[in-house]
Amino acid sequence: MDLFFLADFNVSRPGIGLLLWTLVIFLLFWGIVGKFAFKPIKDSLKKRSDDIQAALDEAKNAKEEMAKLNTDNQRLLSEAREERAKLLREAKLTGDKLISEARDKAKEEANKIVIDARQEIENQKNKAITEVKNQVGQMSIDIAEKLIRQQMNSPEQKTLVDKLVNEIKLS
Amino acid sequence: MKDLRKFLVYFTLIPAIAIMFAFPATGISQQTTENHEQATDHAMDTTKMEGHEGEESHACHFHGDIEETEFDATNTAYHHIADANVYSIGSFNFPLPCILYSKGQGMDMFSSKKFDFEFYGHGDGHKAYNRYVLTESQVKHIVDPSFPLGEADLEGFTHDVTTVDGKTITNVYACFQGKHYLLEAQSTADGGLFGGGLTSFYDFSITKNVLSMILISLLLGWAFFGIAKAYRNRATLAPKGLQSLVEPIFLFIQDEVAKPFLGPKWEKFLPMLCALFFFILALNLFGQIPFLGGSNVTGNLAVTAVLALVAFVVVTINGNKHYWSHIVWMPGVPAIIKILILTPVEILGVFIKPFTLMLRLFANITAGHIVVLSFVGLIFVFGKMGQSVAGAAGGFLVAAPLTMFIMAIELLVAFIQAYVFTLLVASYIGAATEEHHAEKH
Repeated sequence: MDLFFLADFNVSRPGIGLLLWTLVIFLLFWGIVGKFAFKPIKDSLKKRSDDIQAALDEAKNAKEEMAKLNTDNQRLLSEAREERAKLLREAKLTGDKLISEARDKAKEEANKIVIDARQEIENQKNKAITEVKNQVGQMSIDIAEKLIRQQMNSPEQKTLVDKLVNEIKLS
Repeated sequence: MKDLRKFLVYFTLIPAIAIMFAFPATGISQQTTENHEQATDHAMDTTKMEGHEGEESHACHFHGDIEETEFDATNTAYHHIADANVYSIGSFNFPLPCILYSKGQGMDMFSSKKFDFEFYGHGDGHKAYNRYVLTESQVKHIVDPSFPLGEADLEGFTHDVTTVDGKTITNVYACFQGKHYLLEAQSTADGGLFGGGLTSFYDFSITKNVLSMILISLLLGWAFFGIAKAYRNRATLAPKGLQSLVEPIFLFIQDEVAKPFLGPKWEKFLPMLCALFFFILALNLFGQIPFLGGSNVTGNLAVTAVLALVAFVVVTINGNKHYWSHIVWMPGVPAIIKILILTPVEILGVFIKPFTLMLRLFANITAGHIVVLSFVGLIFVFGKMGQSVAGAAGGFLVAAPLTMFIMAIELLVAFIQAYVFTLLVASYIGAATEEHHAEKH
């Protein structure tokens, strides 16, 4: 004999009262906690994640900026270095040029001087030679005159003398 | 070594408590056996006098007055998962407000204390009030108008079992002045599908489930208001305390449920999804706490029906043109197939979705409660209702590890079912609000 008869499987029979109360309680819970707790929590979580994202982005940007500055500096430095090298090279070139020019000029001057001197020497030499020639000629004439005055008696001799004089033409 | 000692302490403490709760039942029923016998005799007389048309008839008695020699696990499980008009902590019952309406009598509001129910026991009320009685912690109504209004001392309850159209029906009667009065359960909204239907009265009482829901809502509200305040005041600081407990769960709902399914509209529906998730989760977990009412709130079809209804309304209100056109007139499909198969199936689907939501949560939680109660019931089966201490101890050794195992699983199920419910609601809303360009499948 079963004495216990009263409990049955009634959880699958939705009571009208429980339906109503559940509806009221859940809607109130959703409305109040949703509006005053879940939404603010969601908003602040979103704000926080946005803030974190912004901070991360900022850090990334700063890093990029830094890297950019660094490369700029590097570039400037290398440029300056290059400039310096260029300047030095140019200065050297100019110096070399100046030196070589000066040397050339000096050489030229020297050559000119030498040429002039040579010319002068030649001139003087020619002049001296002419003078010597003239002197020698005069002396020869004088000697010859004296010789001739002493020895020249025959016409043959005279002819020979003439012939000889002609032969001794100064070159 | 230390762990072993701790384990032994718990392993002796828990059975001690369990046995403490198992034995007073017999102690109290023994005390009341004397007047119970009188009542039984009296009832026997009335039964003889009246004669019953039922196939089986029993003597009138109150549940707490009989010395139970056999343990009915099914009955115990059904009793414990059911809603109740008393709040039980351990085996002690506390009165709750009753708000009852019946067509003939109008509205009645009173405390269930009026029923003079057993403080320790099963919640059979020894008195009737305005034709309402309390049996097995639930309010029932006496339809017979010859029953007096106001307070009336009952002699007990009885029942018979009849077979109508191949269905076994148990009728319950209240015994009063030698007569048996048929009791009716409250009106239910299942339309007779699960044996309920509209009856002579409606029960709008603050029942155990309603009280549990109110308590849990207040607790959650208090916790989340505190957390929201913490987020306001400590906006730039790392989370602390309750905040850090809830934040991962909240973010999980936000990032794994709301965002993938709702796309750009996630912000609009997040409060609803969170409300659903935390409401269900908290009630699931609350129902797992032994001795604290053990309210089977989310294992009651009424509660899951309302939650599913809310989901259904939200989906229907937010469904866009694209969603409805796909249900009523799916583009790219021959008209004949649409008319014969697709449209009816799709329209059915609109209702089946919330229906499965309702059943899934209900079935999972109720099944869990029944399994736990069945394993705990083993102790009483082996212990023969307190007559065999050795049997109870043996039953405990078998039942305790099994119960612990099932409770651990139930803990998991509490989370999984809350998650699944929320996830599916999110996916239904997502499908209803999806923009046209997102259509790919």
